[in-house]
Parts: sequence; C-alpha cells; structure tokens
Amino acid sequence: MSLSRMSMLVGLAILIALPAVVPPYFLHLLIQILLWAFIYTAWALMGRFGFVSFGHGAFMGVGAYVPALLWNYYDVTPWIGIPVGIALSILLAIIIGYPCFRLRVVGHYFALVTLALSQVVLLSLTAARDITGGSLGFTPRAVGHSWYALQFPDKAYFYAISVVLWLIGLYVWRRIDLGINREALEAISEDEDAAAAVGINVLREKLRVTIISAALTALGGAIYGQYFMYLNPETVSGIAVSLQIVFAVIAGGVYSLLGPTVGSLLTLSLTEGLRVWFGTNFIGAANTIYGILLILCIIFMPQGIVGALQGLRPRRSQTKVAPAE
Amino acid sequence: MDIYLLEAIINGILLGGVLALLALGLNLIFGVIDVVWIAYADIVMCGMYVIYFLYAQYGVPLPLACLIAIVAMAAFGVLVHLLIIAPVLNSPPINQLLATGGLLFFLQSFATLLFGTDFRNIGVRLPILEIATLYISFSRLIAFVVGLVGAIALYLFLKRTYIGTAIRAIAQDREIVGLMGVDQRRIYLVTSAIGGALAGLAACLLALQYDVHPFIGNTFGPVIFMICVLGGLGNMIGGFIASFIISQIIAIGGYYSNIELSYVLAFTFFIVLMFFRPRGIFAR
Repeated sequence: MSLSRMSMLVGLAILIALPAVVPPYFLHLLIQILLWAFIYTAWALMGRFGFVSFGHGAFMGVGAYVPALLWNYYDVTPWIGIPVGIALSILLAIIIGYPCFRLRVVGHYFALVTLALSQVVLLSLTAARDITGGSLGFTPRAVGHSWYALQFPDKAYFYAISVVLWLIGLYVWRRIDLGINREALEAISEDEDAAAAVGINVLREKLRVTIISAALTALGGAIYGQYFMYLNPETVSGIAVSLQIVFAVIAGGVYSLLGPTVGSLLTLSLTEGLRVWFGTNFIGAANTIYGILLILCIIFMPQGIVGALQGLRPRRSQTKVAPAE
Repeated sequence: MDIYLLEAIINGILLGGVLALLALGLNLIFGVIDVVWIAYADIVMCGMYVIYFLYAQYGVPLPLACLIAIVAMAAFGVLVHLLIIAPVLNSPPINQLLATGGLLFFLQSFATLLFGTDFRNIGVRLPILEIATLYISFSRLIAFVVGLVGAIALYLFLKRTYIGTAIRAIAQDREIVGLMGVDQRRIYLVTSAIGGALAGLAACLLALQYDVHPFIGNTFGPVIFMICVLGGLGNMIGGFIASFIISQIIAIGGYYSNIELSYVLAFTFFIVLMFFRPRGIFAR
C-alpha cells in the first residue's frame, strides 16, 4: 500500500512539474489527453455497469455550447454559464433516463435511444445556425487573459485545470467503486428483477449514476470549449463523438480505474503519431488502425488493455471482473 | 391541398421504400443472428463505391455494375460474419454491438484513406417526371419500386423455400431448431449474405440519388436503427411500416421547417414513442 501510494505521489509530482519542461506542443497534447480522459472516466461510470450510452455526445455538446452562447450573447461569465450547462445536461439525463429506467429500456434499446438523443442535440445545434453558426462552428468572444471569462492564452493554466479535472474524475470513480452503491449497481447489471427483489431501488441507483456521469461529461465539454475557443457540432456532439467515447474506453478498459485514461492516451498518441508520421497525405490512417484495434480488443480482450494487464498479475487473477450483461 | 405539401408527402413515400429495404436487411440479421450491425449503413457506402468505380471509372455497364455490387456486398456480409460476428457470438450483446462499431470506424476511415473525402457522383441523370404539375424524381420512383419488389421477394423467399423456413424458425427459437436438424452456422452465413445483398441493392438505389463519400453512412445509419427499433427489432413487417412513418415525418417536417429540424422531430418522436412502446409500436 505504501509503495503504491509513493508511486502515486511521484506520478503526481511529475504531472505537476511537466509544464515547466515540455514544449507547448506536448503540453497541448497532454491537456487534450487529460480532458478526454476525464470525459472517458465519466462515461465509464455508467459503462462499467453495462449501461452503454451512445448519448454522451449530447451531454458534452450541451455542456460546451451553453456557456459559450451565454458568454457571447448575454455576457454571462462561464462561472455561471458552466453550472447552467451542467444543470441542463442533468435535466436531459433525467428526461431520458427516468422513463428509460422506469420502463426497462435496457441493452440494445437503451444504446439506440441514447444514440437518438445525441443525434437530436447534434442536429438542433446545426439547425440553429443563426445562433450557433451551424456546421461552420462557433467561436467564444476572446478577451485575453481573464479569470472572469475563464480564458487563458497561457497553456499552463489549462494544464492545471485539466489535471484537477482528471483527478476529480478518478476520485468520483473511486468513490463509486468503493461505495455500497457499486454492489447494488453490479447486482442490477446482472439481473434487474433479482436486484429489485432483494430491496435495491433499481430506478434510483441507475438514475444517480447516470446524472453523475452526465454532469461530469458536461463539465468536461465546457472546459474543452474554453480551452479550444472553437466549437463545432460535429466535434463536440453527435454519433461520432459518442462512438469515440465508447470505443476509447473499451480499448483502455472499462472495468479499471485507469482504463479510460489509458484509452485516451493510446488513441490520442496514435492519432497524433500517425499524423506526424504520415503527414496529411493519409487522412484516416489513424482511425483505420484504430478500428481494427477495436475489433481485436472486443474479440480478444473485452476487459481492455488495463484489464488484460491486471489479469496477468497472479494476485489479481482471482478477482476477474465478470463481463456485464 | 397545397401542391408542395403533396409533393413532400409523395417524396416521403418514395424515400420510405429505400429505408424499408435497409431496415429489412438489418431486421433480418437481428432477428436471426441476434446481433445489431451498427456498421450496416457503411456496408451500403462500400457498395456505392463499388458502383461508382465500376461504372464511372472503368465504364462497366450500370446494370452489371449494380449486380457486381450486390454480389460483392453479399460476400462482404459473409466475411463480416466470419471475421467479426462469429468470434463474439457468445459474448454479451453490447460487445457484439461494439465489435460492429469497430467495423464502422474501420470502414469510414479506410474509405477516407483510399478515396479521400471528395463527394463523388456516378453522373447518371434520370429525367424528372411531371404528372399534373407534380414533379417527381424518376430515380426516387425507381428506388421505391425496386425497394418494394425486394421486400416482396424476401418475403416470398422466407415463406416459400426450405432455407427461408429454417431462417424463420431460428428467429423463433434457436435451441429447438438445432434439434430439428438445421445447421445453424449455415443459416447464419446465408442470412449474412442476404443482409449484405440487401445493403448492396440499397447502394444501387442510393447511388442514383446521392453523392458517395466516406461518411454517407452517418447520414442515414441512425435513421435505420431508429426505424428498426420503432418497428420492434427483428420484426420485419413492423420495420416496413415504421420506415414509412419516419420518412413521412422527415418529408413533411422538411416542408414546414428545414431538413435538420425534421430529423430532430423524427428522433424526438422516436424517443418519446420508446417510452410508450419500449419494444416497438407493433410489440405484442
């Protein structure tokens, strides 16, 4: 225990010291990796219990667009805009989640209903082109370095923010992992009727984890927008983003704490590496390899990379995680 | 009635024919193999590229190019089943969904890698019919008629032939069918081939109306899933009717507002209806 705590502290110290030594390009990559890792971890909160949502693009889109729109049109600071965006995402999660869980829309059906949700948000953002700029994208009004506007041209600030976000994501994951709810949620993912029969409030447990997941995803989307200062319906919402989230997590490992982070690290370094390697002549090369890797992952190691590595360690081999239904 | 509204309604019906064909293929695969091919619309995309290259680049006659595309997609369906579905047949359903999702990623980005993101048109210009001041696109009419004929042919195949009967039997009870001496693996392969062929047929019809590009699957893929779920996954007649309901919502919604909002309306209709009929409109 003390050894793992030591390595944790050393790792954290390295993370904090990094901006002083790495060039801005790598810092930019690191920020992206950490932000996506945070969103992926938020998705995994649901995904690990078999509630596969293809709708997280919707939560991310709302979380990213609401603060930016409020800022540009009404001069509302993101400090208010971001909570409003999160609140709207939670509302959306309840509107979709409550009837779904109430009426036992599970498995394929849940995945496809949430897919429709993310299409609704994507197409609404595109259709409202007078306000959002449609598929041309939307740029929040820049004011330079400002805490009020939550805009920092210096990357070190956003690096610090994304490290904190990422740690919050891991903390929430850990809390749910260690809490009593986890047992309840695992029971639900095994058999809803049996779980209800032993006195678990199935609806409440599922709704709670969905709300937490949606809120964190919206927060991730908001910071993503603040950092990039450019939003596009296709890059923050819709089926493409939702699938990207699902697959990165599955590749990294949905059942382990660091799985989503590894997924984010892997996919981003693959994309960037191939981009640098091939230049722009081979657009799509990264995703082609990525697609093949995903299929192989699902077939040969459904617990993901981190899960497979943990399976190799003899001590952990007993506690192999049962695949969710 | 407003002439433009009437035109929208007729166009909706014509669009429904192609959607019905696609929904049929997806439903067949779901009903028999119990797997959702998320990448189904992207197999259609591959078929459209086959037609584009054969017809527009190498000058193969269009009917022959279409035939080759259908056969190629049938073979592709078998390949998808053998390489991707068969290894995960006993995994949790969601893993199967994700495996075909990996295929979606692969096909879209591989097409981008090979052909770039250009929009390509096969360059066939069919006349526009004018019936009593109504303008109807001939290519849509063909798509509708062929879609309908395809659906009826599939229905007859399933009802009248031995393999068709075996396919329907497997969809009803996959344990007992094995005891009746039906080779499940063979049926799965035949079903995948038919599903692929239907995607190829749809590709022929869509290539007449739309430009081919690597992400064309994203434009109508989600709509097909929605139709299948609305009709009840695996319920072919339900899917057939649902495709006309959805295409009407899209067409009439597009008449009153713009095309994106009409899709928003269709998806919202789907979500709301899911809450009333979680197993599809026609669930018993």
